[in-house]
Amino acid sequence: MKKLSLTLILAAMAATMIHAEVRPGEKAIDFSLKNVDGTTVSLSDYSDQKGVILVFTCNPCPFAKAYEQRIIQLHETYAEQGFPVVAVNPNDDELSPEDTWEGMKARASEKGYPFPYLKDETQEVYKAYGATRTPHVYLLANNGGNFQVAYVGSIDDNAMDASSVVQKYLEQAIGAVVSGQNPEPASTKAIGCTIKTKA
Amino acid sequence: MKNLWVIGLWLSMVVSLHSQVIPEIDREGITQLIQKDNDTTYVINFWATWCSPCVKEIGFFEELHRKYASEKLQVILVSLDFPNQKERRVVPFLHEKGISAPVRLVTDLDYNSWINLVDPSWSGAIPATLIYNSGERLFLEKELTQNELNEHVNQIMN
Repeated sequence: MKKLSLTLILAAMAATMIHAEVRPGEKAIDFSLKNVDGTTVSLSDYSDQKGVILVFTCNPCPFAKAYEQRIIQLHETYAEQGFPVVAVNPNDDELSPEDTWEGMKARASEKGYPFPYLKDETQEVYKAYGATRTPHVYLLANNGGNFQVAYVGSIDDNAMDASSVVQKYLEQAIGAVVSGQNPEPASTKAIGCTIKTKA
Repeated sequence: MKNLWVIGLWLSMVVSLHSQVIPEIDREGITQLIQKDNDTTYVINFWATWCSPCVKEIGFFEELHRKYASEKLQVILVSLDFPNQKERRVVPFLHEKGISAPVRLVTDLDYNSWINLVDPSWSGAIPATLIYNSGERLFLEKELTQNELNEHVNQIMN
């Protein structure tokens, strides 16, 4: 019994390590992914910005849908302040058929996404960041060309209803970064759809 | 006219017989649910109608609930569907799947304020299942097979 518990604990630890979330204060990993417009977008393309709002999101998840308009609004508000949105779809489209290239292109054009919508084809980027759900947000702050994770988690505290939001976690974090402070909280948790992967 | 009224009444009775009442719980309710200290083993499954792996495994929890009906094991299905989807989606879903295990629906949408209370290792992805009694506690953030679920339950109960 004891031995079994220990095995379980070790297994849980191993699982945690594999999916370890990149924590606030740590370096943000560069990536280079294909955008729905056919171009390739890299994090390093944004080195002239103050930061990047990196959002792992997808087409079918009800939470992603609930936040879609808010993500567009975030870009409209913060891109001109130096914090544009970059959206990444991490789902395996064999397991999530609405997340194919065609599906992504159709959604981006239908909703008029003003930001890139990238496909994490090999699923290496979401794993490197330790994202576990959609939507899962990483606020990356640009420190002289080196991007650092400043905040990880949810956009706010009410997925269902934008008008009932009390805590705008992400916007508070941007405010902190702009004024040279560490966001508090620097990470939050939220319910969301699992990222669809075979491995 | 009178007949119509009687038929209407009869219909409403049939419908209410078949659809279960879903109590809503807030942070306080969740806290109570996950730290009962008695001789019962609790299997708390966090799920939603929109979560396909959750839907896939929900029958295993229903079976567990029926199998242990006379024993000290309680299955509770905690729905994370948005509260405004309760009547439109959750109730019809439970009816369609023939779920008789007790269901609760979470109304506190500031998930960050209670996810860590359930388990500090939980990222917030579902399905997630907590199996516990006064002696042991096991939290699983993954989809379970029927065998896995039964094995984990046996392990905690014995």
